[in-house]
Amino acid sequence: MLSFIFNRGLQIVPVIIGVTLATFLLAQIIPGDPADVLLGSMASEEARQQLRVALGLNEPIYVQYAIYLKNLLQGDLGQSFTFAQPVTQVIVERLFNTSLLAVAAILLASVAGVAAGTWAALRPGSVRDQGLSVIVLFFNSMPSFWLGLVLILIFGLHLRLLPIGGMQDATGSSGIGSLVAHMALPTITLAAWSLAVIARMTRSSILDVINSDYIRTARSRGVSEVRIVLCHALPNAMPSVITVIGMQMGFLLSGAVLTETVFSWPGIGLAMYQAISTRDIPLIQGGILVLAVAFVLINFAVDILYAYFNPKIKLG
Amino acid sequence: MAAITQTAPATNSFGRTVVRHVLSNPSLAVGLAIIAAIVVLAIFADWIAPFDPLHVDPLARYQRPLSGWHVLGTDELGRDILSRLIYGARFALLVAILPTVIALLIGGAIGLSAGYVGGLWDSVVMRVFDVMFAFPGILLALGISAALGPGLSSMIIAMVVVTIPAFGRIVRGVVLGIKEELYVEAARTLGYSHTRIALRHILPNVLGPAVVYGTLQTGRNVILSASLSFLGLGPQPPTPEWGQMLSSGRTAIATAAHVATIPGLAIVLLAVGFNLIGDAARDMLDPRFTKDRS
Repeated sequence: MLSFIFNRGLQIVPVIIGVTLATFLLAQIIPGDPADVLLGSMASEEARQQLRVALGLNEPIYVQYAIYLKNLLQGDLGQSFTFAQPVTQVIVERLFNTSLLAVAAILLASVAGVAAGTWAALRPGSVRDQGLSVIVLFFNSMPSFWLGLVLILIFGLHLRLLPIGGMQDATGSSGIGSLVAHMALPTITLAAWSLAVIARMTRSSILDVINSDYIRTARSRGVSEVRIVLCHALPNAMPSVITVIGMQMGFLLSGAVLTETVFSWPGIGLAMYQAISTRDIPLIQGGILVLAVAFVLINFAVDILYAYFNPKIKLG
Repeated sequence: MAAITQTAPATNSFGRTVVRHVLSNPSLAVGLAIIAAIVVLAIFADWIAPFDPLHVDPLARYQRPLSGWHVLGTDELGRDILSRLIYGARFALLVAILPTVIALLIGGAIGLSAGYVGGLWDSVVMRVFDVMFAFPGILLALGISAALGPGLSSMIIAMVVVTIPAFGRIVRGVVLGIKEELYVEAARTLGYSHTRIALRHILPNVLGPAVVYGTLQTGRNVILSASLSFLGLGPQPPTPEWGQMLSSGRTAIATAAHVATIPGLAIVLLAVGFNLIGDAARDMLDPRFTKDRS
């Protein structure tokens, strides 16, 4: 198991280097002089010249990348002119809020998705199974920001049950009740798409194993169908479900850009949205880098979990 | 020689399967009907739309649906929402289909060459794809669009770039399986050129999975393009683009919810149409599904 973790860990090193190269190249495809965009329209010519020297914009591209990597290793992601702060500081201050939302969403999507998928798999082809297919189709076809607006309209504006945004402090200092209330709609919005994917995967994974010999043996011994699904089929379907859940965690981090924008949730996604309107490229670059690296690391953790749950990989 | 002509029956069989499924699959028929209706709206927008989609009427701001001449109401500038939706269908179809087709061609060509040639080229391509897969699609598209500057062409380029790896990987996988087949080996023995073998004997067998993935990706592109537009990275106002209409309408969600919700419904409808077609096309190639249904 340790050698598996080590080998898999080695494999992600070139991917992370590739991710840094890709985010570096984003600044290279900016039409015109990158210094104009990186510093904003209000910057003086002197400041632009200083930046050109600092980033080596007059140097060959590989020297520029080396400078970018060196700054990155020192935690320097550049300066955000939208927030007038270092990009690292902007991201670190908001990382907790984004993670909180993503973790809540993945918990909701996992529990509800596995439950819904299992429930549908108990009676394949039934009305409830087909109902799940329709719900999955709509959740897959629905932009999350539109779902967010509809939830705001129903639960925030018409029923007045939940706040529609304006969370200032997600650390819970304004009370856990306020935090939960503010998180409810963004969490549901963010979780909807993943919930559909997890439900579909759970259902199909259970149906894949439901005709196995050990299930037939359990049936021949008179074990109830509910017990067969819950105690025999579901645990064996879990490795593929866990893989999907892990992948969704990464997608939820990136999906936060849209959800945080709709609900004004003070996370990295909202900061990136604000950066888009001002073309604050360093902040966009930094946000993408952090979320992509998080995505890679989460997939790494999922691979380890998959190996833990799957005896074939352990033996290998 | 008989073995070399194996591709032709496979293609005919695929065609027959398509026709049979269209006739027997209600969800596929619904999907095709939705897309056909939207295509008709897009083509005949000049004749169907009741108003000029760009005509501003300050006296008719935020009119509700079915109140007066505007069937779906008006937006914050008094523009007719129905007319903007009808004209917006052109952009919606364009940004869903065009990036898919371009990515299919580029990704397919890269995947075909990587799978067929193998060796160093294959390794380099796969490592680049690995890095691109490390980015959730929306993030990379957001970064490219933002760097190139907002607009329709930037959005399409971004969507093409993030979609290429999936097509490349799918095609490569199929090619790896096919290139060891007897009929390909026979073609090599007969001295056919690599280009001829790749294009005439391998490519026809790759098209099925690639087109099926393309239809699924088109549905995803509806959502991706709407998301980029919502973030301000798509066509700029006053272009009647659905995602942008939704984005500008959300500021008035409390007083005129229809301005944002109606374009959202149109996006959902288009995505449902493509997803129904994509799901049906995928099921056609999935032997497990065929077994389940029979």
